Amino acid sequence: MEFVKDNDPYPDLRVNIGSLDLQNPVMTASGTFGYAREFEKLVNLHRLGGVVVKGISLAPRAGNPPPRIVETPCGMLNAIGLQNVGVKRFIDEKMTYLRGINVPVIVNILGDTVEEYREITRMLEDTEGIAALEVNISCPNVKKGGVAFGNDPRMAAAVTSAVKEVSSVPVMVKLSPNVSDVTLVARAVEDAGADSVSLINTLIGMAIDLERRKPVLANVIGGLSGPAVKPVALRMVYQVAQVVKIPVIGIGGIDCTEDALEFLVAGASAIQVGTANFVNPRVSEDIVEGMSSYVKRNRLDSVRDLIGALEV
Amino acid sequence: MSQHQEKATIIKFEQLSGENIRLTLHAPLIAGSAKPGQFVMIQTGAGRDPLLRRPFSLHQTSSSGHIQIYLKNVGRGTDILAHSKIDEILDVFGPLGRGFDIHYDQPACLVGGGLGIAPLLFLAKCLYRSSKDNSRDLVILGGRTKGEVEPLVEDFQQFGIQVHCTTDDGSYGMKGFVTETLKSESMVKNSQVYACGPDAMLARVYQICREKNASCQVSVETVMACGMGACLGCNIPAKDGSYAHVCIDGPVFNAEDLVWSL
Repeated sequence: MEFVKDNDPYPDLRVNIGSLDLQNPVMTASGTFGYAREFEKLVNLHRLGGVVVKGISLAPRAGNPPPRIVETPCGMLNAIGLQNVGVKRFIDEKMTYLRGINVPVIVNILGDTVEEYREITRMLEDTEGIAALEVNISCPNVKKGGVAFGNDPRMAAAVTSAVKEVSSVPVMVKLSPNVSDVTLVARAVEDAGADSVSLINTLIGMAIDLERRKPVLANVIGGLSGPAVKPVALRMVYQVAQVVKIPVIGIGGIDCTEDALEFLVAGASAIQVGTANFVNPRVSEDIVEGMSSYVKRNRLDSVRDLIGALEV
Repeated sequence: MSQHQEKATIIKFEQLSGENIRLTLHAPLIAGSAKPGQFVMIQTGAGRDPLLRRPFSLHQTSSSGHIQIYLKNVGRGTDILAHSKIDEILDVFGPLGRGFDIHYDQPACLVGGGLGIAPLLFLAKCLYRSSKDNSRDLVILGGRTKGEVEPLVEDFQQFGIQVHCTTDDGSYGMKGFVTETLKSESMVKNSQVYACGPDAMLARVYQICREKNASCQVSVETVMACGMGACLGCNIPAKDGSYAHVCIDGPVFNAEDLVWSL
């Protein structure tokens, strides 16, 4: 897409993720913004760059028993267990509303097998109003001993290829940070045809109730998110942006304009706000406003001037 | 149902006992739209630690735009609030969740244990602002010790209803649990019981209600991250085998819809 500079008094916040055009770089991360409607009374949804909806599986999932969440220093652990309504109910009950919000809707998908990812993609193919798919590869592959797809470059590539084969919309692959070298997985999914990568998913952690000598979470372990993970996320985004040619979307502990812009400078073309939505439901919209002020104040032609602008 | 995010000024700070505090906040939008049993999410500090907001049930609202919360200093979030001062501003959003389904035509029995007393005052206010016949109504308030019960009794007595009190240590009212009083009191036929307190208390209240053929609504408490149905972190097992989410399906439930361990 050609960006035409016009006399718009509003700063140019537009970015593109391959063929996906966003009015600004601020999206809401999967699992932290429901199906958007939950936030309609508090947020002007039209102002967002995009909405990534709660991860969808082929069949509905009940999720894990409680307790599912626990607060940790500057963060939280969650083990929701991918609770969701399943792809059929998602299409029937959630898409009508989502089509009306006038921002790109990105559907996060997950599965237990490569075939499930392919099948869910196929079912979403005929659904109008989906701008892109985000593939959650942090789920265990039940056919390969429960090792998460995202922990193995070959399995991550297999899932990516399967989704790409049937998808007509851009495919974003969400990378797990729970690997020794994230760039290997990033390159593998790029080679398999991913249109972009988003990172990071949560870092695996745990919390213990010392009095009871029991894990706090029923699932024993959970995913760490929030400001505590931001430095790790920023480092991984920087590393991945160095080695892939496809756009990178930064996620991890972003809760203010400065955080978001740091990810852009590290090489991200767009960002997703996650846990911060729980703390301040309006934060994503606030970050859009903050970016706008930043671009104006610094007399930039566009927010795109900041992407990868890091001087090392 | 409207929801509002407000910068609420603390206008009154009451230290009701050693650890129990009552805060009055100016939050006119929330006050104007809240119903008994609903809650608010409050950001306790300005920084990133503690990160998450804390849920508080609405203790009272007033037509002058005030809301009240009643809390106990039990952790980092509540400790910050326990050291807050008049004129400080808190970020509050709400009202959230489903409140009590109020039956004005049935005799009411309100049972509160510890901090569970909090939402019952709002409920009582609502019940008795109407022309409801309160002659057969009953309020049972309990706590571990005097300081958890006594400071709140007068607020309930103003409605002219019978108030029974219990304390675990016998320092105020009857020695024992609210459930013992509930069991021994003759409950009028067709009573509607509204209860809030620890899980074990609620389970026992529900059991007694079944024995006495009374319908029972309970307000339950869980940890929460968002309070608005996004994080799905506040699940509890429901009778039909699924999970209910306290923030949007509750916090008030018909006791018969939940799973109880007795």
